[in-house]
Amino acid sequence: MTPLVQVRELVKEFPIRGQWFRKTAPMRAVDDVSFDVLPGETLGLVGESGSGKTTTGRCLLRLIEPTSGSVQFQDMDVLALSSRDLRRARRHFQIVFQDPYSSLNPRMRVGAIVREPLIIHKVGTADTQRARVRDLFELVGLDPNAVEKYPHEFSGGQRQRIGLARALALEPSFVVCDEPVSALDVSVQAQVVNLLMDLQKRLGLTYLFIAHDLRLVRQICDRVAVMFRGRIVELAPAERLFNSPAHPYTKALLSAIPRLEPGQKLERIPFDATRFERAALRQVADGHFAAL
Amino acid sequence: MTPPADPLLSVEGLRTVFRLADGREAAAVDGVSFTVGRGETVGLVGESGSGKSVTAMSIIRLVMPPGRIAAGRITFDGRNLLDLNEEEIRQVRGRRIGFVFQEPMAALNPVYTIGYQIRETLMVHGLARGAAGKKRAIELLEAVRIPNPDRRAREYPHQLSGGLRQRAMMALALAAEPSLVIADEPTTALDVTVQAEVLDLLRDLRREFGLSLLLITHDLGVVAEMADRVAVMYCGRIVEQAPVAELFARPAHPYTRGLLASIPGVQVGERLAAIPGTVPPLGQLGPGCAFAPRCSERMEICTTAPPEITLVDPDHGVRCYLYQPEAVAGKARS
Repeated sequence: MTPLVQVRELVKEFPIRGQWFRKTAPMRAVDDVSFDVLPGETLGLVGESGSGKTTTGRCLLRLIEPTSGSVQFQDMDVLALSSRDLRRARRHFQIVFQDPYSSLNPRMRVGAIVREPLIIHKVGTADTQRARVRDLFELVGLDPNAVEKYPHEFSGGQRQRIGLARALALEPSFVVCDEPVSALDVSVQAQVVNLLMDLQKRLGLTYLFIAHDLRLVRQICDRVAVMFRGRIVELAPAERLFNSPAHPYTKALLSAIPRLEPGQKLERIPFDATRFERAALRQVADGHFAAL
Repeated sequence: MTPPADPLLSVEGLRTVFRLADGREAAAVDGVSFTVGRGETVGLVGESGSGKSVTAMSIIRLVMPPGRIAAGRITFDGRNLLDLNEEEIRQVRGRRIGFVFQEPMAALNPVYTIGYQIRETLMVHGLARGAAGKKRAIELLEAVRIPNPDRRAREYPHQLSGGLRQRAMMALALAAEPSLVIADEPTTALDVTVQAEVLDLLRDLRREFGLSLLLITHDLGVVAEMADRVAVMYCGRIVEQAPVAELFARPAHPYTRGLLASIPGVQVGERLAAIPGTVPPLGQLGPGCAFAPRCSERMEICTTAPPEITLVDPDHGVRCYLYQPEAVAGKARS
């Protein structure tokens, strides 16, 4: 299958302020990351804080400019696009943010928030835009009559639906979901996750799903990439990764998930981060890669 | 419910209310009763707005206006904490009951070293001062498995990683050798591998220091690993209470069942079993069971008055009309 997104040797370095007259090495938040996202799949990107998963997701959309590497979206070289072409291309790839409280402008009515991308990309007339907004509200399970309300009148789960409606307004084929449910309560989380999965089926969406909740990733992702210190250390089909992890870090990570069976004590597998060595991914089984 | 014969902490009929903007008072905690036995770990589980943290704050009498404790009895080691004056409650707080919070940066003072803060606690409670205090502070840092405790004692909170800060806060909580520790979402802000370390540490400390633990969390995984008994809260009430294995094996309340079913990773590839709707805001509860509007097994009686506790097993209580056939029948007759 031809990949929808091809990421090759992606690097993002952030400068570290050194002392006077002394050069310091920049911090590599994303360190030589390569992967494909196949059309229609959900690729999970997991890792702990500081592993570079969010930076990777933002580099793909050029919300952060990568230092080097390449990102191919269909037949487009994303990193080579001029800012004008990039703006035009952005309608094909969108992002849903983690925090439904800070990602919606509190002074705009929610209808206007969802309509904004249509205005920017000059899609349709004012009337068709308004009709489209109502359709989008219905699509994400919100009352279309709520378009005149402000974000604070909605709960966290509903706000995440608004963010999703905005992301879907331009009919993208690829959506980066950056921890889209981690700020929500468990019972509401499930509603939003189900919605994401339903929309994927209905609209043929492809997701890069960035998350730290490993149980959730196992539930919804087709394939999973594990990041540690800016590098992908393992990439495999979800069930394969959870049943037979190959990299020592993945093993440690999975053994740390609290079990849901009281009384059953599973041994934690320790991981000595000081002995972590950069290694290239190599295939250990069909479709299963590990940096060993 | 069969309470432990001589519980360390016993909360009975606790009701904590908050004054709303419109002048009405709404109960954030309403008729909450539970016990924590000596050496026991009780998990208090709920979503945001369930009243679990307000319950904890009520126990140590740190509910600030516009909130107040309206009714109830909190017996700790034989004394009703609600009868104590400010000075007496201060003796209990920190000395006999230690706390661990979600955000260690909020609990640690950024301008003092870790060692200083522990020494200050030891001094305030008259436990050790001078060289003895210094020595004890390092011992405590060692007890919470902080590497290089000598060096860390001289460092400031911002120099520590999230996991180490959480440990430093535990050292601070243990300094006065409390018999009860209240831990409010102690691992929520931590990465999963660090969370595992902190949970393992809590388990060890519980044994080494002979602690009782009231563990407040939204994470049923943490509860499954740590707790002996669990109380599930919803909208200020405990809706179900049982030993941990019993609760996971035979959840009785529709809310508990829904909560367990909505955890991802139980049935891979399937849709998650979501609970429809959202938690109603404070002050907008109907007269009946608070969960009724979201409940798939709602009956007519559910919206009339909150259900009383039914024992489905000697130590398994639930507030739900599904287990009160007489009440349902009585309602149908009237």
